[in-house]
Amino acid sequence: MGIGFSLLLIMALLLAVFFGAGVLGWHLLFGVVIPYAAATIFLFGIIYRVVKWGRAPIPFRIPTTCGQQKSLPWIKPSRIDNPSSAAGVIGRLALEVLLFRSLFRNTKAELRDGPRLAYHWEKWLWLGGLLFHWSFLTIFLRHLRFFTEPVPSFVSFIEGVDGFLRVGVQALYITDILILVAVTYLFWRRVVIPQVRYISLPADYFPLFLILSLAFSGVLMRYFFRVDVSAVKELTMGLVTFHPRIPEGIGVIFYIHLFFVSVLFVYFPYSKMMHLAGIFLSPTRNLANNSRACRHINPWNYPVKVHTYEEYEEEFRGKMREAGIPLEKECG
Amino acid sequence: MYNARSILSGLGVFLVLITFPFWYNVGKSAAAPEPKLDTPAIQQLSRKQCVGSTPYMRANHMQLLEEWRTLAVREGKRVYEAADGKKYEISLEKTCLKCHGNKAQFCDQCHNSLSVKPDCWNCHVAPEGR
Repeated sequence: MGIGFSLLLIMALLLAVFFGAGVLGWHLLFGVVIPYAAATIFLFGIIYRVVKWGRAPIPFRIPTTCGQQKSLPWIKPSRIDNPSSAAGVIGRLALEVLLFRSLFRNTKAELRDGPRLAYHWEKWLWLGGLLFHWSFLTIFLRHLRFFTEPVPSFVSFIEGVDGFLRVGVQALYITDILILVAVTYLFWRRVVIPQVRYISLPADYFPLFLILSLAFSGVLMRYFFRVDVSAVKELTMGLVTFHPRIPEGIGVIFYIHLFFVSVLFVYFPYSKMMHLAGIFLSPTRNLANNSRACRHINPWNYPVKVHTYEEYEEEFRGKMREAGIPLEKECG
Repeated sequence: MYNARSILSGLGVFLVLITFPFWYNVGKSAAAPEPKLDTPAIQQLSRKQCVGSTPYMRANHMQLLEEWRTLAVREGKRVYEAADGKKYEISLEKTCLKCHGNKAQFCDQCHNSLSVKPDCWNCHVAPEGR
């Protein structure tokens, strides 16, 4: 049901932009108004979500560890897997963000004859996820050539490395192929693994289809239905310099691509894709395991009226002395 | 807000990075590149017509050049019949560059702007100083 609904949604979006920009020629709406609205929603949505998360109290450390905690000096601590300092936390987060380390530990449980429970290495999700995310980042950075004048050297460098291969005489971007393969795999595993399929919702399928449509429209535009990229850059530069222009003669495939990316930007802050910020705010990843070394006071503790032993003794000293109970302070 | 300093500085770094195109281009006019068509060869033409229409050439010239490469180098065919029936010799240097000899004012205008580095001049001699 999730697949059908998500596909239907993508189809509706495609039809909307095809009729809007292609047939009716609403280029100002799809080329300027929607991208600006999408960028605004994206930025404010991200700020809203992160600030909202930041307001949640962190009562205690959650030491989900994979290594030895720092304790006695002669026991070797695991500095990254069980960090006790900020540097260790930064190391753990960096490995998590850049290499998806916890996903690398993914295993697959299987019940075999016996009955015997067996755990497998399962690296495909890690590999697919890693390829997808790095390809997406590379493609995102490559697109800066449309949004900068002059194009910074790091963008040209990324393009040069990524476009090392040739199809005919033009560059064949490796990431273009990788992202299509990786997203297709990420979708495929949701469908064929029964347990994953069972927990998959439209909110899981829709981002995959959206990114697949986005990448596919980009590939079509680059290698098959070419558009006047010079005019495209005129439009994109108009957007980033706040002098929006709509040059004539850009093919509808460009508006389809731009619309999909706008939808992605709008959907981003309100969807699972917010793991972009969420990974940095994961308590299991960003807290040093120093529960023993430092005292962490629950932030929602309210002042409690206490009656200390000293006060208790003060109150009942006479009676305690009569009963022969030993006193801390003999006279008071 | 808890840990406000770390969270807000992280958010700040993200916002600065993600808005890079907006602040990188501040104060720049970012005019669209204008490939120049005023070479002597073009001015002598009675009918200023390329092998394809302008919109087609703007979007697809690289594809046409690739087709020409295949036709000339691999199939030995040296004649191209345009959509209007006019015949052209398939040659970058003798046909394309005869009119568009001003590489710096023509080819490089858009290519530089879009950071495109075509491989043409690995084999062909680039027209210089014309």
